[in-house]
Amino acid sequence: MLNRTVFGALGGLLTAMPALAYESSYNMPVGVTPISREVHGLHMEIFWICVAIAAVVFGVMIYSIVKFRKSKGAIADQTLLHSTPVEVIWTVIPAAILIFMAVPAAKTLVKMEDTANSELSVKVTGYQWKWQYEYLGKGVSFYSSLAADSNYARQLHSGIDVNTVKDYLLDVDNPFVVPVDTKVRLLLTGNDVIHAWWVPDFAVKKDAIPGFINEAWFKAEKIGRYTGQCAELCGRDHGFMPIVVNVVSKEDFAKWLVSAQQSAKSLAGGAAALPPATAVSTPAMTTAAAR
Amino acid sequence: MMANNDMHAVDHHDDHKPHGIRRWLFATNHKDIGTMYLLFALFMFFLGGAMALVIRAELFQPGLQFVDPTFYNSLVTSHALIMIFGGVMPAFVGLANWMIPMQIGAPDMALPRMNNYSFWILPFAFTLLLSSFFTAGGGPAGGWTLYPPLSLQAGTSFPLTIFAIHMMGASSIMGAINVIVTILNMRAPGLTLLKLPLFCWTWLITAYLLIAVMPVLAGAVTMLLTDHYFGTSFFNPAGGGDPVMFQHIFWFFGHPEVYILILPAFGVVSEIIPTFSRKPLFGYDAMVYATASIAFLSFIVWAHHMFTVGMPLAGQMFFMLSTMLIAIPTGVKVFNWTTTMWRGSLSFEPPMLFALAFLFLFTIGGFSGLMLAIAPADYQYQDTYFVVAHFHYVLVPGAVFAIMAGVYYWLPKWTGHMYSMRLANWHFWLSAISVNVLFFPQHFLGLAGMPRRIPDYSVQFTDWNMVSSIGGFAFGISQLLFVVVIVQCVRGGKPATAKVWDADPRGLEWTLPSPAPYHSFTTAPEID
Repeated sequence: MLNRTVFGALGGLLTAMPALAYESSYNMPVGVTPISREVHGLHMEIFWICVAIAAVVFGVMIYSIVKFRKSKGAIADQTLLHSTPVEVIWTVIPAAILIFMAVPAAKTLVKMEDTANSELSVKVTGYQWKWQYEYLGKGVSFYSSLAADSNYARQLHSGIDVNTVKDYLLDVDNPFVVPVDTKVRLLLTGNDVIHAWWVPDFAVKKDAIPGFINEAWFKAEKIGRYTGQCAELCGRDHGFMPIVVNVVSKEDFAKWLVSAQQSAKSLAGGAAALPPATAVSTPAMTTAAAR
Repeated sequence: MMANNDMHAVDHHDDHKPHGIRRWLFATNHKDIGTMYLLFALFMFFLGGAMALVIRAELFQPGLQFVDPTFYNSLVTSHALIMIFGGVMPAFVGLANWMIPMQIGAPDMALPRMNNYSFWILPFAFTLLLSSFFTAGGGPAGGWTLYPPLSLQAGTSFPLTIFAIHMMGASSIMGAINVIVTILNMRAPGLTLLKLPLFCWTWLITAYLLIAVMPVLAGAVTMLLTDHYFGTSFFNPAGGGDPVMFQHIFWFFGHPEVYILILPAFGVVSEIIPTFSRKPLFGYDAMVYATASIAFLSFIVWAHHMFTVGMPLAGQMFFMLSTMLIAIPTGVKVFNWTTTMWRGSLSFEPPMLFALAFLFLFTIGGFSGLMLAIAPADYQYQDTYFVVAHFHYVLVPGAVFAIMAGVYYWLPKWTGHMYSMRLANWHFWLSAISVNVLFFPQHFLGLAGMPRRIPDYSVQFTDWNMVSSIGGFAFGISQLLFVVVIVQCVRGGKPATAKVWDADPRGLEWTLPSPAPYHSFTTAPEID
């Protein structure tokens, strides 16, 4: 526990140090789910353990390089061939450190796999190259593809400066909408090849494999817009099938669901219904910027 | 074996060297074959490196500037296949060919004709692989891991890639058989196994790994082939096949393969650090046992490459814990190398510089490997640039630096000339700095959320990609110095003594004159 606190404090120090640590992006996001916070904590803890070990090992190496130079007249000690006590120590100590790392990791892993008591189930299907979201038992289903402006700009020799495109490559036509503080269970599968659904802020990455249904879950605790990408090479446009999740208040979600259901009904035939664009841009969502 | 006092035979020694193209085409001499392996690997490093530079050029800024995404994917795929099967593996086989007979007091490798086949298969295998770039649909673009169903979508490149992999596997198995037979049967009398140089030990264990897993890869890719052309459904979900099974089989090959790429590197470094510390290797027995432990563990950790496929909790736990165990024998190795330098008398010739860079940078790759072993955190790292940074740290400043260290260590023994220390030092410093500029920022990119194998990225990843690309070009261009040093050294230079280094290196290879005679030990040497 003590160590946990120490490493937590050290980790907090690093992450708090420059606020730009998050925006300029050189570390894992803390994210907005209980699991993502735990994963970030594990990541930082293990990182600092590695830093500590590195300080010792590299310290000895650098000391040797500086101190035992032939050019400084160092004479080799030909008797230093092996030492059982030392060898036992440097086997046992790493083993102890590993156990110390494995216990919290195992605990988090158990939680990640616990998909019980979910409040909303969504089937997510990966296609070459878009996602389909099917709200199970709600009568709402739609595809989510790369936003049109990103899609123009990303063509070879498009002549468009991608820095001028809003959320370049991280924007979609129909975002995935979920309620805040709700345990959402995802049922993932692939239609053609293997894809992987990944949203770093939720610490969810799971393969969407044809012929398989994989489970994952998240409980976003902060309203906002969160993005991710396909994380398994799936062909030509693997880099161009982003994920956008709008986490909205429960009331906004209920409103959105009703309008999405209505538009599904109004569309004749069984075609996958698109949620009306007006419903997506409720005030709550437009003001809620991620982070 | 030749009678040792037959002066006539000794006189003819060099006369039997065939001339012209026949010397190379029909080569059975371990040195000639070793040279061909090394030159082939060097060529492949530049070819794979050129592909990497196209990748880094495309990734220099967001937006697509130079290549189509499909061509980008085929560059990524071929870069990996070329560097693994054409670069690192042949380079180590080349070092094994040159050094194992010289280190165990043998005249040549045990199976010289097979040695010839195992080399000459390679140019054909890679011609086949690269020819796929000129077929309809271009080169293989499903990643070197060949995951179905994506790999089954390939066009004409598919059978060419599969047959090329079969040939590379056959070549590796033959090379491995040769190493095992040579080390087990041709050691000088009195050279017991626990007196073998570490390079021979690590290669012996590597050879067993090769024989164990190359057939597994061959089986897996053959099943892909029949899925594609003969209507089977081993892995094709449309026919009830199991694409995850392919990943299990592939990584059952793939993880031992990782150690095939690094164990000989451990061997090279274990030769160099004692020499330039002027002190025997610390904990020799422990090094041997650690190598064997790593080899054993490599067979039971494979699924850590696939934590996200939806394995049962118990499976994830097992593979997380078994993977973490690898840190123990690997740690033992790093501690032994460090203690070898402790109270030594160190000098910093180019081979030692590369070995030291290996020691520091491979350890960094080891740390990121430990982080990747932690399954919950791996959910965030998996298939991002963090993984790319990790395996490039262990393969470039790891395996490749060890190869360069080995070449710089033994080159004077091979050619009989010293090379330009000044140029080699330049090569070292430029490489050691640029390789970090190239790969260190990729840790940040991965943690910040950039997936691997994408030709274009959102703008927040621009800065580190630019840094990485600059490092990539600097690293690539620096390698031209390596060629300059080697060419100069082959053509001439200060004559090298038998010991070459002012450090009294241990090992039978240093009892031979420089350059080493064509048939290394025609008489078995005496072992103390």
